[in-house]
Parts: sequence; structure tokens; C-alpha cells
Amino acid sequence: MSEFPVLSLTIVLPLVGAGFIFFIRGEPAFVERNARWVALWYSLATFALSLVLWVLFDTSTAAFQFVDKTAWMTNPNIAYHVGVDGISLFFVLLTTFLTPLCVLASWRVITSRVKEYMISFLVLETAMIGVFSALDFVLFYLFLEAMLIPMFLIIGVWGGTNREYAAFKFFLYTLLGSVLLLLAILALYLEVGTTDIPDLMERLQRHPLPEGMQRWLWLAMFASFAVKMPMWPFHTWLPDAHVEAPTAGSMLLAGVLLKLGGYGFLRFSLPMLPDATAFFTPLIFTLSVVAIIYTSLVALAQEDMKKLIAYSSVAHMGFVTIGIFTLNTQGIEGAMMVMLSHGVVSAALFLCVGVIYDRCHSRLIGHYGGLVHRMPVYAFVFMVFTLASVALPGTSGFVGEFLSLVGAYQANTLVAVLATAGVVLAPAYMLWLYRRVIFGNLTKEHLKDILDMDAREIAVFAPMVAVVMLMGIYPELFLAVIRVTVENLIVQAGGALDAAPVTAMLQR
Amino acid sequence: MDALYVAAIFSPLVGALIAGFFGRLLGDRAAAVIVCVSVGLAMLAAFVVFYDVALMGRPRGIELFTWIDSGAFEVSWKLRFDTLTAVMVFVVTTVSFVIHVYSIGYMAHDPHIPRFFAYLSLFTFSMLMLVSADNLLQLYFGWEGVGLCSYLLIGFWYTRPAANAAAIKAFIVNRVGDIGFAIGILAIFFTFDAVTFDAVFAAAPNYVDTTIEFLGTRIDTLTLICLLLFIGAMGKSAQLGLHTWLPDAMEGPTPVSALIHAATMVTAGVFMVVRLSPLFEYAPTALAVVAVIGASTAFMTATIALCQTDIKRVIAYSTCSQLGYMFFAIGVSAYSAAIFHLMTHAFFKALLFLGAGSVIHAMSAEQDMRKMGGLWKLIPLTYGVMWVGSLALAGMPFFAGYFSKDIILESAFAAQTGVGNYAFGLGIATAILTAFYSWRLILMTFHGAPRADEKVMAHVHESPKVMTIPLVFLALGSVFAGYIGLRIGMVDAGGAFWRGSIFVLAEHDALAAAHDVPGWVVSMPTVFAVAGILLAFVMYMLAPDLPRLVAARLRPVYLFLLHKWYFDELYDAMFVRPANLLGRGLWRSGDGALIDGVGPDGVAAAALDLARWATRLQTGYLYHYAFAMLIGVAAMVTWYLLAAA
Repeated sequence: MSEFPVLSLTIVLPLVGAGFIFFIRGEPAFVERNARWVALWYSLATFALSLVLWVLFDTSTAAFQFVDKTAWMTNPNIAYHVGVDGISLFFVLLTTFLTPLCVLASWRVITSRVKEYMISFLVLETAMIGVFSALDFVLFYLFLEAMLIPMFLIIGVWGGTNREYAAFKFFLYTLLGSVLLLLAILALYLEVGTTDIPDLMERLQRHPLPEGMQRWLWLAMFASFAVKMPMWPFHTWLPDAHVEAPTAGSMLLAGVLLKLGGYGFLRFSLPMLPDATAFFTPLIFTLSVVAIIYTSLVALAQEDMKKLIAYSSVAHMGFVTIGIFTLNTQGIEGAMMVMLSHGVVSAALFLCVGVIYDRCHSRLIGHYGGLVHRMPVYAFVFMVFTLASVALPGTSGFVGEFLSLVGAYQANTLVAVLATAGVVLAPAYMLWLYRRVIFGNLTKEHLKDILDMDAREIAVFAPMVAVVMLMGIYPELFLAVIRVTVENLIVQAGGALDAAPVTAMLQR
Repeated sequence: MDALYVAAIFSPLVGALIAGFFGRLLGDRAAAVIVCVSVGLAMLAAFVVFYDVALMGRPRGIELFTWIDSGAFEVSWKLRFDTLTAVMVFVVTTVSFVIHVYSIGYMAHDPHIPRFFAYLSLFTFSMLMLVSADNLLQLYFGWEGVGLCSYLLIGFWYTRPAANAAAIKAFIVNRVGDIGFAIGILAIFFTFDAVTFDAVFAAAPNYVDTTIEFLGTRIDTLTLICLLLFIGAMGKSAQLGLHTWLPDAMEGPTPVSALIHAATMVTAGVFMVVRLSPLFEYAPTALAVVAVIGASTAFMTATIALCQTDIKRVIAYSTCSQLGYMFFAIGVSAYSAAIFHLMTHAFFKALLFLGAGSVIHAMSAEQDMRKMGGLWKLIPLTYGVMWVGSLALAGMPFFAGYFSKDIILESAFAAQTGVGNYAFGLGIATAILTAFYSWRLILMTFHGAPRADEKVMAHVHESPKVMTIPLVFLALGSVFAGYIGLRIGMVDAGGAFWRGSIFVLAEHDALAAAHDVPGWVVSMPTVFAVAGILLAFVMYMLAPDLPRLVAARLRPVYLFLLHKWYFDELYDAMFVRPANLLGRGLWRSGDGALIDGVGPDGVAAAALDLARWATRLQTGYLYHYAFAMLIGVAAMVTWYLLAAA
């Protein structure tokens, strides 16, 4: 497409930055300072580059854009093949948007092994961008696995007291899923004869696999995506991982890594295995509804702020899976919007927890109370994201949640009605959390001289607030990019482009 | 010209943003003035809008920009100005402005003035967005917006646990209703493939007598949709079952109560149903439900108001009750009567609340009527306006409430249906209760011997001008609003004034019939109201021991009413505690024991067991190994021999 390989450059740039940091030598203080600044500048440059992708993106086609293809192995025929479409573009942007904020969020907090920490984040960024833009299944798998290593290290090295258990649980779950995904990739290759994703899509559209085969492959992929998502009952790694991860780790975990499940369903399960998708839709709906109600109730009982937000993430992801499997425009676009919104909002909420954790070294709700007296700016920011999390109209959370409900209602009324239970339970646990942390009298001794957010922290939150409002008031900016790709996807997945045949449902 | 219309809606938002973000820079006084000016400008613009749209008959729509466009689901930010909107914008901005000005005085000693005013005008903006919405989703935006602002304002004094609890309760109970509204919107989109009013209204007649699949059963399409939407209206307008948040909302500062009750929140449900009259008209079953719920609420909450001792709570329950009147008016298709009552009620309810605020202000923040009494000479102006407000509320002739309440009761009677009669009967019964508790309030507060301690009594003083002038203005409104509304033809049969913004089927025109009801129907509400007032005089002036005797004799009834029909206790036992228990249980046993126990922890433990078992084989004794080898060799040889044979 374009002469200049913008996308490939976006993928490689953080890695180059990591290389730079690796070779910084000298006094520890000097190394630390430079590691931070290099990481910040490289991640910012990457973000700028990814904005170029958005600007140059052609919204009128569902084809992959900014494609780069270089042969890698001949037998089997595996290539370095990357490109983005309307679905993956925003995941790339989400990654590049969050990474500099993560670097900034870790600016003062991380004091040990700063160099290695920053390298981990930049490597992680490359892997994340890579996984969303890979157009070869093997390449996708490589990036997917590559992501696990820095994340494992971030939790295991810079995490909390119980970090080994969390890291192990995270690894065990995701690895099991990945192994089955690898099997699925091998099977697809043996059946179809290619690992190239556009090629696979095209061939499978023309000659769909037999239904039995589709189901086995679908389940193998499901194992991986459901863990990543995470869907109930594969979610228990998430609260532990979040609780132990450092703030910035939680931000990327919630913001980007959780989106891999949804992305996987959209990229592989739906277009490649349409018959199996239709067959397993009831399963997905059931698990999603259970997730929404179950985890919302569990969130009510949490005493640890990070755990509460982690459980709320699982509930939100329930809306995503419902939306994806409605196979209609509103459902899938809604699911996309929920994922993008959740990417920013949950990252911001974890950062909100991080702000007070840095000051008091506790995540327990009971250790706080009355913070608004000393931290009005913080109270405001926290309120904005709380409201976005409960999907107040005008914030990003609403657009996606409502669209996915619109989609769900057309696919299955019962699912839509049950899912609205989340609409009541979400404010119950979020406002209860907010009340206990922010409102009330400031009586606790250790909070008496707590400081409000400083300029650096405000600078981190400001863009997030802006994006949340923008996405809520003028989501067209995002929907316009997604639209054509989603329509194409629905055709591929055999869904109904138009709303369900309404007239048939009505009876005189 | 468009700019003026936009300003009528968005000016309060600008004020809110300035006060909210720069309040500390500007200082308390400047922030308050800026907000008041912004709402005042909106009010002036609203006058022009009212003249242009309602009186001159020039409706218009102003499209701002696309909001959500996903497949057939297309929604824009668009302002719709027809007569109904113009009336609502007029009422909301006027009453809001008065309350804003009053708040300058009432909140003068509060440390968070800019924040308060920012919330207040944001509240006004949300309500304006709600009434000027051109589609259901924008209506929902305003709907949730007022929900948010009520949450923020009820919990404004955030150090009080009761205020925080009430704020959360308001938000969540409203959300329960919102589920109905949301599912209603989903059903509308599913049916009509659109959510803009024009498209939905145009298509509505085509769906009469169709059925739709809902949760496995087939239901009449429009009945289902209307009932779902009405659940939303019940939440916002505090109707039977979802009313529990409203009395608790008293935890907010008094001007907030006035705003919630008069202008910006509880009327939203009434407005929504009236706005959707082209749908409800084709769903007679839903209308009957609306009438029954409305009438029952009117009666039930009036009985609760009899026994409350908090001055604001009495008025709060009277709001529920009056909203009930509006809903049963809707239920008999007298939509314009409902809006008429909404308008007059806005004036006299704001007056009553601000008057109560003036009392509380004078009494050093005391709200319990049992600790008041003997105030009328000390704060004569407040006393006077409370009389005016109560007369209007009780529906005494020539006061605003008289015109609107009478037309509602007459319409209910004229409807000549079962539910109409039910509503009429309860409406009349409520009239006597209303008059009784209103004068109970006046007599307990202002008459008799002072029951407060001397320090408080020495402090009692009339409020400053910035508070009394708004009171006088609202008092004038409470006197004349009804007459003016009648003169401009708000409740004329046929609804020419509304120019199609309210839709009534010809055979449903209860208003037309209401003009020919027998004379006893017309005079009955007044007679009953006078009886209620006299009863209050007897019980609280002439024989002050009587209330205690009655309470003692009818103790179960008294307790039942005092505990507000035990709704809170019931909900706590049915929903709140089970949800918490369930959450804890699912977490500990579901996530902890079951999923983790069988899943990762279980697998890990099993792997460890296996490893331990394997290590036990390695004893280190040579003869153990030799023995194992021997068995192995024997087994292999056997295998070979058998396989060869």
C-alpha cells in the first residue's frame, strides 16, 4: 500500500528503544533517569506513528491496510505479514496510547531495576502491537507467546507480596489455552495448507471445513480466548494477577491483554469457523450472562480495590462476548466500543488505585475514607471513571454497552434482559467503593497529610478523561473506522446484516 | 435564531463547567453569580422559545451532530422544540432560576459553594436535555443525567453517612427503573427499526393488535413497550414500589429537594409518558396500569405523609402523591391535564420546599416538627407563603392547584371506566388527606407553644431578601399559574394549544367529557379539602391530645404508616441482604473452593502429590532397583514370547 512501512515501524520502534536502554551504562542514577526518558520518548514516538495510521486509514474498505509481507520460511510457508483493518487499528492505538501513560505512571514508584522494567514494557509494547497486526497465524502465535514473558516478569519481579502464586496462576492458565491454540493452528495448516490469515479467510469462505472439524477447532481456540478474555469460569487468574501486579502492569493487563480474547473471536472464530460459531453461540451467551451476574455479585463482596475492579472487568467482558456473538452490526460494534472504552476506563481505574497505593501502600478499601477532603482533584478524576464504568450516557462506557444490548435483544431477548442486571449491579459496587474511599470524614491518622495528585499524575489522567468523554459524546470518530470491516465480518460469519427479520417476529 | 434555542438548553451547562472547574479561582460569590446568570439567560431564552413555539406555533428541530450510528441504529444529538417542550423548558428554567437565586442565601455559609452551584445548574441542563430530546436515546441521556446530578446533590454533604446512603439508594433505585426504560428502547428499536420520535410515532398505528415475542411468551407489542417504558417512569417519578428513594433524598440541602421535586427530576417520568402519548394511546392496557398505579400511589403516599414528623418528609410524600395524580390523569388520556398539574405543582411545591427551607434556616437546621411551634409571629412572611403553598396544594378555589387538580379528577370521573372510577375515588380520598397533612404541617410548625429550646428560639429570624424574594415570586406563581394556564388553553378539549405534540385518540378525549360532569363532582374536591383542613384544626389546635389518643387506639395502623408501609424493610430483606450474601458466597465457595480448588490449585496440588509419590520410589537401596529391573526384564520377555506366538 503505502511506500513507507508505517506499521512495521510502529511495531519495531519500541523494540529499538528497549535495545537502547539495554546499552545504557554508567552510574545507577544516570542509568535510571535515562531509562525512564528513553522509554517515554520511544513510546510517545510510537504513539505519534500510530496516529499516522489512523489519519491515513481508508475507512471505505474492509481490506487490510499498511500491509508488509516478507517471506520468512518456505516450507511450511510462513511469512512476516502484517497489516491492520478497522478492527485491529484501534487495538494498536489503544496499546500505543496506554504505554506512555504506563511509563509515566511508573516514573517514581519503580525504584529497583528500572532499566529492566522499562525494557520489559517496551518489549511488551512491541509484542502487543505485533499481535494485533500479525496477518500470519504463526506470527500471531509468536507475538502472543512473546507477550507472556515480559508480563510474567512484570508481575513476578515488581509485583506484590504474593506475586509468585499470581504469576504462576497467570502462566498456567494462559499457557494451557495457548497450547490448544497451537494445536488448532497446526490442524488448520494441515487442512487448508496455509497459515496466512487473509488467505485462510478467503479459502475457508469458499470451502468451509466440515462441521465436526470446525467444532473441534473452535473449542481449541475458545480455550485460549476464553482464558484471555477472561470468561467465567476461567477468570480466577485475573483478580490475583491484578492484585499482585504493579500499577502499570495492571493497566496494560486490563487495558490491552484482556482485549486479546475478543480480538481472537473476531479475527479467527467468527470468519473462519462460522458454522461452529453458530453452534456454540448459546454456550457463549450462557457463560456471558453468568459472568455478568456472578462477577457483579462477587464484586459487591470485595474488600480489596483492585480485586473489585478486576471482577468488574470480567462483568464488562460479558457484554463483549454477548455483543460479538449476536452476529449483527450493533452487537459487534457495541462489543468493539466496550472493549475500547474498557481499555481506557479500567486502566484509569487501576491507576486511580495506584495513586493512593503509592501514598499509603494499601489496597484495602477499609484503610481509606474521606479522601475528598485532602484530594479534590483525585476525587473528581475517580468519579469520572467510576461513572464511565457504570456506563453513564455521555461517557464511553454507555455507547458500547447499549449497542451490545441492542444487538443482544435482536439475537435473544432473554440474554438482553438478564444482561441488564449488570446495569443495576455495576453502580451498586462502584458507588459503594467510591463512597467508602472518597466520602465520609477523614478520620484515619495515616491519611491526615495525604497529598492530592501532582502535575505528573494529572498529566497522565488528562488524556484519559478526554478520550472517555470524546468516545461518549462523539463515538462516530471510532465507529466510522470500524463500520465497513464489521459489515464484512458479519457477511463472512453468516450473520444478518440488517436487523433481524422483524416482520416475521410480529403477528397479527 | 437557532442560537437562542441552543442557548436555552446549553447555557446552564456552560455555567456549570465554569463554576465546576474554575470555582476556586473565581471565589464563592463570583461562581454563584455566574451560574445564576447562566440559568437566568436560559430562562430569558426560554421565554422567547415559549412565545415563538407555543404561542405563535412555530416548532423547530435543531440537529447538532451525529451521536451513534451503527447500522440501522442512527441517533443524532438533536433538539426538538414543540409546544410540549416549550412548556417544559419554560417551567424548568423559571423554577430552577428562582431556586438558584434562593440558594445564594441558603448556602451562604457552606464551604463548597462553587461545587454546589455547578451541580445545581448541571442538574438543570440535564433536565433541559431530557425535555428537548428528539429521540429516545437522548431522552435517556437526560434521564441518566438527572439521576447522576441527584446522586451528587443528595450526597452533597458527603461527611454524613445518611446522605451518602440516600444518594446511592437514589441512584440504584432509579437504575432499577431505568432497566425497564432501557429494555423498552431495545424493544422499540427491535419493532420500529428506529428510535427517533417522529419515525416511531408515525409507525405506531401499524402495530396495533400485533404481538411480539418476549421471554418466551407472545405479548401485545405496544402494551409491552409501554409497560417497560412506564417502569422507567415509575423509578424516576417515585411511583408505588420504586418510590423509596424520594423521601430519603431529603438528606440533600433544601434547595436541592425543591429542584428535585419541582422542576428537574421527578417530573421526568410524567413528561416521558406524555411525550410518548402517540404510543400509549394505542396501548389501552398500559394506560389502565398507569392509572391504577398512579391512583394507588397518590393514596398510599398521602397516608404515609399523615404520620411523618420531619417537615421535609411530609412535603416529599406529598410530591409522590401529586405525581400519582398526574399519572392517573395520563391513564385516562388527560395528558394535558397532567402537564398542567405538573406546571402548577412545580410552583407550589418549590414554594413549599423553599418555605420549609426558610423555616429550617430560622430554626438553626432543625427539621423535626415536634421541636417547632409558635413561629408564625417571628417569621410572618414565611408563614404567609406556606399558607399560599398549602392552599394551592390542597386545591382551594382560585389557587393554582385548584384548576389543575379539579380537571384531573373530573377527567377521571368523565372517563366512565372501571379504572377511571377507581382513580376518582382514591383521588377524592387523597384530597382530604392532602388538606389534612398540609395543615397539620402548618399548625405543628407555626402555632401552639414553642417546643424548641430558648437558645434556638432566640435565634429565630426571617430569612434575608435573597431568599424571601424568590418565595414571593413563587407564591405569585402558585396563585396565578393555574388561571393563566387555563386562559391560554392548556386543558381545552381537543388540545389545540398543543398543536399535535400531545396525541389523544378521539374516543379517549376525557377532557372534552370533563366539561360536562355533574356539579357535585366539581365541588366535591373542594368540600373534602375544607373538611381535611377543619379536621386538622380540630386535632392540632382545639384538641391537641387527640392525635396521641388516635395513635394509641389505632396503634397497628399508626406503626404501619410510620414505617412507610415497611417498604424499606421489605426491600432490604428481599434484595439488599441476599445480594451481599450471594456475592460473598459465590466468591468464597464458587471462585475459591470450586473453580480454583478444582482448577489451577487442584491441578497444582495433584501434580505435587504425583511428584511426591514418584520420589518415594527412589529409596536408594540397591536391591530395590535390582528387583525392579528384574521384574521389568521378566515382563519384556513375556511380552516378546506372547507376541511371537
